[in-house]
Amino acid sequence: MPQPAIAPPTIAQTAERENYLNAKYGVWSWLLTTDHKRIALLYLLSITFFFFIGGFFALLIRLELLTPAGDLVQADTYNKLFTMHGMVMVFFFLIPSIPAVLGNFLVPLMIGAKDLAFPRINLLSWYLYIIGGVMMLHCMLTGGVDTGWTFYAPFSTNYSNTNVVEAGLAIFVAGFSSILTGLNFVVTIHRMRAPGMTWSRLPLFIWAHYATSIVQLLGTPVLAVTLVLVAAERALHLGIFDPKLGGDPLLFQHLFWFYSHPAVYIMILPALGVESEIIACFSRKRIFGYSFVAFSSIAIAVFGFLVWAHHMFVAGTSVYSALVFSFLSYAVAVPSAIKVFNWTATLYKGSIHYDAPMLYAFGFLGLFTIGGLTGLFLAAIGIDVHVTDTYFVVAHFHYIMVGGAVMGYLGGMHFWWPKISGKLYPEGWARLAALIVFIGFNLTFFPQFLLGYMGMPRRYYDYSHMPEFQILNVLSTAGATVLGVGYLLPMLYFLWSMRYGKPAPDNPWNAAGLEWKTPSPPPTFNFDEEPVVTWEAYNYDELDSPDKDAPRGEEVPVAR
Amino acid sequence: MRPAARRSPLPDSTLIGLHHEEEHHPELLHHFADAQQQRDSASLGMWVFLATEVMFFGGLFCAYLVYRRWYFPDFAAASSTINMWLGATNTAVLICSSLTVVLAVWAAQTARRTLLIVSLILTMLLGMAFLGIKGIEYKEKFDEHHVPGASFSFDKVQVPGHPDQYANPHHAQIFFSLYFVMTGLHALHMIIGLGIFLWLLIMAWKGRFTPEWHTPVEIGGLYWHFVDIVWIYLFPLLYLIDRHK
Amino acid sequence: MSDHSKSSPLPTYFAVFFALLVGTGLTVFAATLDLGRFNAAVALTIASIKATLVALFFMHVKGASEKLTKLVVIAALFFLLLLLGLTMTDYVTRPWS
Repeated sequence: MPQPAIAPPTIAQTAERENYLNAKYGVWSWLLTTDHKRIALLYLLSITFFFFIGGFFALLIRLELLTPAGDLVQADTYNKLFTMHGMVMVFFFLIPSIPAVLGNFLVPLMIGAKDLAFPRINLLSWYLYIIGGVMMLHCMLTGGVDTGWTFYAPFSTNYSNTNVVEAGLAIFVAGFSSILTGLNFVVTIHRMRAPGMTWSRLPLFIWAHYATSIVQLLGTPVLAVTLVLVAAERALHLGIFDPKLGGDPLLFQHLFWFYSHPAVYIMILPALGVESEIIACFSRKRIFGYSFVAFSSIAIAVFGFLVWAHHMFVAGTSVYSALVFSFLSYAVAVPSAIKVFNWTATLYKGSIHYDAPMLYAFGFLGLFTIGGLTGLFLAAIGIDVHVTDTYFVVAHFHYIMVGGAVMGYLGGMHFWWPKISGKLYPEGWARLAALIVFIGFNLTFFPQFLLGYMGMPRRYYDYSHMPEFQILNVLSTAGATVLGVGYLLPMLYFLWSMRYGKPAPDNPWNAAGLEWKTPSPPPTFNFDEEPVVTWEAYNYDELDSPDKDAPRGEEVPVAR
Repeated sequence: MRPAARRSPLPDSTLIGLHHEEEHHPELLHHFADAQQQRDSASLGMWVFLATEVMFFGGLFCAYLVYRRWYFPDFAAASSTINMWLGATNTAVLICSSLTVVLAVWAAQTARRTLLIVSLILTMLLGMAFLGIKGIEYKEKFDEHHVPGASFSFDKVQVPGHPDQYANPHHAQIFFSLYFVMTGLHALHMIIGLGIFLWLLIMAWKGRFTPEWHTPVEIGGLYWHFVDIVWIYLFPLLYLIDRHK
Repeated sequence: MSDHSKSSPLPTYFAVFFALLVGTGLTVFAATLDLGRFNAAVALTIASIKATLVALFFMHVKGASEKLTKLVVIAALFFLLLLLGLTMTDYVTRPWS
C-alpha cells in the first residue's frame, strides 16, 4: 500500500483520513451540501439515472427497427420514443454530463481554489436540474411528447396532442441549471485562480469549460424564451409561428437552432478538454501547441453561434442565407481540426501508455474525426439536400455525441475516478469495457451512415417499402446491445471499486495538474494552504525525471 | 488577468485555510481568499447574469424585428392604439428610479444610512408606480379586446396614413402578442427587482451595509439599471411606430 | 467600482438623469415628425445613447477597474447583434429566392 502524501497536520490520527466523502454523514449533509465535490456526485447519480431512461427509449427504438414493418409500437408511440430519447439524452444527460460532474469536481481543484465562486448557486443548479427532471418524468408518465426533441412549430404549437408545454417547461427549468453552472464557472475561472495560475498555465480542461460556459450563458436564454413563446402560442393561439395567422414557422427554427446548434458545442467542448488531459498524461508530453488548443476552444464557442441555419437548408430559408451559413459551417470545423492535429502531434514521439482512459481517448480521436468530417458533408448544401432527415444525419451526430462526448465522459471518469472515490478501478475490466464500447458503438452507428446515404429516412418506424435496409438495421440493433453491455460494465466495476477497490494514491497516474496534489479523495476544502503555482501546465518532463516508470505504478512516489 | 495581484500566504504560516493576518470581515465567505475577491466575484457574476438576460430578451427582439418588417402597416396600426403617454410617463418613472438607485449606492459608499433607506424606498415606490401604470395600460387593452387569445378583435382599424386601408387582425394580434410577452416579461423582472430591493431595504434598515461592504446594493443596482435599459428600447419600438401619421 | 475619486459623482448623476429625460422627450417629439424611413433609426439611436449613458455612468462601466466588465458588455451586445443580424440575412434575402 503506497504511503499517502503529506497528511494535513491538524487531522487526527484516525485510521481513515478525513475527506469530502466522510466529513459529514447523513442524507441532509448531501442534499444541503455546498461542497462542489459532493454536488458533482449528486449530479453523477442523477445523470446516470436519466442516461438509463434515455437508453431505455433507444432500446425500444432499435427493437422496433429490427423489422421493416411497424410491428412493435404504433406510429404515435414511436414518435414519442424518439422525442423523449432525444430530450432526455440532450437536456438531462449530455448537456450536464461532463461540466456538472467532472467540471464541478475538478474546476476548483485544477485552479487551486477552495470551491466555486458561488457554492450555493451551484446547489441551486442541481435542484433546478432535479425539478426539471421530475417535470420531464411526469410528462413522460402522463403521455409523453411526440414533437421530436426539436419542438418544430406549427406541429408543437397547434396540432400535437401531447404534453408539449410541460416538456418545454421542464427543459426551461433545466436550462437555468445549465446557465447557472456556466455563470459559476466563468466567475470562478476569472476570479479564483491561485497565485501564479496565469491563463497560460491553466489546464486545457479549464479552457474547455470556460468556452463551454460562454455558450451555456449566451445560448440557453434564447431557447428559454423560445419555449415560452411556444407555450404561449399553444395556450393562446397567438399566431407567432402559425402560418395561417401570419406567423412564420421558420422563425421558430431560427430561434430554436440559435441555441441548439451551440448546444452541441456545450456537449463536445468539455470532452475535448478531457481529451487533452488524457492524451498529455498518457503520452507523458505537454500538449503540442497549447495556445492553439486553448484558443481553439474559444473559437469553437464563438464560431458555433454563427452556423445554426445549416439545420434549415431545406426548410425554406433563402438560398443566399443558406450559402452564408454553409460557408460558416466549414469555418467552424477548423478549430476542431486544429485540436485533432495537435493531439496527433502530441502522440508523436510520446511515451504512450494504454491504460483505460487512453483507450477511450484513442477511440474518441477516431470517432470524433469521423463525426466531424461527416459534418462537413452536411455543411455542403448539395449533399445536405440528399441526406437531410436521413440516418446519415443521425449517424453524424451520434458519432460526435456518443463516439465523442460519451467516450470523453467515460475516459474522464476513469482518469479521475481514483481522485473522486479514493479507489482504483480494476484496470483489466476497464480496458475490456473500453473495447466493447468501441466495437459496439461502431457496429451501432456505422451502418447508419450507409442507411442514410442510401435514403432511409429518420424518425420512421416503418420502412417496409425499403426492406433491403433491414440487414443494416439489424446490425445496428445488435451493436446497440453490445454498446449497452459496454456501458453497464463501468457502472458495475466503479460501484464494486468503492467497496473492494484498492485505495488510490494521491497521483496514481503521476499526472500533472493541481488536482493530483491533493489526497485521493480530497478534503472538503481542497487545499490546506493556497497553492502557489510556479510551473507551466503539463510539466511531464519534470514529473518524469526522477522515475521513468509507467504512470500507473503504485510504487511511484507521488511527485510534489 | 489578475492572479499576480493576490498575495500568496506566507510559507511558514501555521494558519489553516484562508485566514489572513488581518481580521476578516464578518460578511466574508469562507471559500474566498479575501473580501476583494468576494466583491469582484459578485460583481462579475451579476454582469455575466445580465449578459444572459440580454440574450433572453434578445429572442423576443428578434421576433419583433422579423414581424415589424413583414407587417409594418399592421404594426403601426396596432401601436397607435396603445397609450403613448402612459408609456412615456413610465419611461420617465424608470429613469427617476435609476437615479434613486445610484443615489442609494452612493449613500452606501459614503455611510449615509438615511439617504440609503430613503433612496431604496423611493426606488421601490417608483417601481410600483411603473407597475401600476402598466396595469392601467393592460386594463385598457383588455377592455378594447386587444389581448391575444379567444376574445381578440381588431376590426376596422385604419392603418396610419392610409385611410382606405384596414389593418389585418391576424398581424395585429402578432403585434399584441409580442407587446404582452415583452412588456410582461419586463414587468416580471420589475417585480423580481422590487423583491430584491425590499430585501436590500431590510438589510439597510438593520444597518448591515457599510462603506467597506455594500456589495448587494451595488449588484442590485446593476440589475435595476438593466431592467431600465430594456424599457428604454421597448418604449420606442412598441409605442412609437409611425406616430407622425 | 467602489473607489471613486475625490470629487463627488453627484453632479454627473444628475446631469445624466436630465439627459435621459431630455432624450425621452426628444424621442416622443421625433416620433411626431415625418422622417420617413429614418423614424426608426432616430428612435433607436436616441435609445442607444440613453442606454449607453445608463451603462457608462449609472452602472459604472466607465471607470471600471477592469477591462473584463467592458468585455462582458461588448460580448453580450455582439451575440445579440449576431442573433438579429444573421437571422435577418434569411428574411432580407428571401424575396430573391
